[in-house]
Amino acid sequence: MGRVVVEVMPKPEILDPQGKAVASALPRLGFTGFTGVRQGRRFELTVDGPITDEVLATVREAAITLLSNPVIEDVVRVTEEPDEAEGAGA
Amino acid sequence: MSHVAAPPPAPSRTAADARIGVVTFPGTLDDRDAARAVRLAGGTPVALWHADADLHDVDAVVLPGGFSYGDYLRAGAISRFAPVMEKVVDAADGGMPVLGICNGFQILAEAHLLPGAMIKNDHRTFVCREQVLAVENVDTAWTHEFRTGETITIPLKNQDGQFVADEHTLDELEGEGRVVFRYVGWNPNGSRRDIAGITNAKGNVVGLMPHPEHAVEVGFGPDGPNGPRTGTDGLRFFSSALNALLHR
Repeated sequence: MGRVVVEVMPKPEILDPQGKAVASALPRLGFTGFTGVRQGRRFELTVDGPITDEVLATVREAAITLLSNPVIEDVVRVTEEPDEAEGAGA
Repeated sequence: MSHVAAPPPAPSRTAADARIGVVTFPGTLDDRDAARAVRLAGGTPVALWHADADLHDVDAVVLPGGFSYGDYLRAGAISRFAPVMEKVVDAADGGMPVLGICNGFQILAEAHLLPGAMIKNDHRTFVCREQVLAVENVDTAWTHEFRTGETITIPLKNQDGQFVADEHTLDELEGEGRVVFRYVGWNPNGSRRDIAGITNAKGNVVGLMPHPEHAVEVGFGPDGPNGPRTGTDGLRFFSSALNALLHR
């Protein structure tokens, strides 16, 4: 089993109302000193078998086709990660 | 020797002959209201299902509001890939009138039939109100029964209604007269340049966040010049399309 992580963020020039909501809640809870918060999304895609270049290419394609909207979002990272289940079972 | 009968005279088409499809996705809310609006305008509504692989000979399509597929990924992001959307995109490219209302507008943007995208309202709360709009383009399939600059009032209700696009796209939309509706009095969601609705270059595809289908019958719509709940400004969206279909 292999796992690919895709991270998507709102483009820098796009307002991020969700991030702003979080930013305004932080100081109310005593978490001060943060000048900004931006909120994105993380997707974990798992496959049977190893992560090949072909799998990564397919994930990248899916990331710009469905997982993100290039008008408002950037795919900032597509990374292969060790599968949690594998590590736990060792 | 066969006798060839003269073809019967072509009956004149009436509005009732015009079939306007209304697509239902899982999570769509306003499909029945949209179908009812088509009927009240004199047309024949045709129910289309998201999994349909054809458009059942409709002459126009409405993508109604709601929360298709829960809007979990992004509003309209998954609906855009529904089987029926492939046919809608082809038909729209061929000139068929297509109207996207609220979630339908978001789907049209995700499908790249219209530019830009919708993000969360700038004030981060759901908004539901009677909204005044200025009609700026009366040359589209869905607006030619309005007057340029006319203000109309129809309901608005959304969470992800903030229209955004890059400056170049916004300049292009304004330069080509493709801003169809603009918010008047108050911008309810932070949309760039107060844009409430836009059209494609051909004018057959229109998307807007407010809901014309909720302002089509006295007694059930927004307040109007004749008293509370007398506003029926939404009806002309649908009669515009029916007339466009009859006179094409």
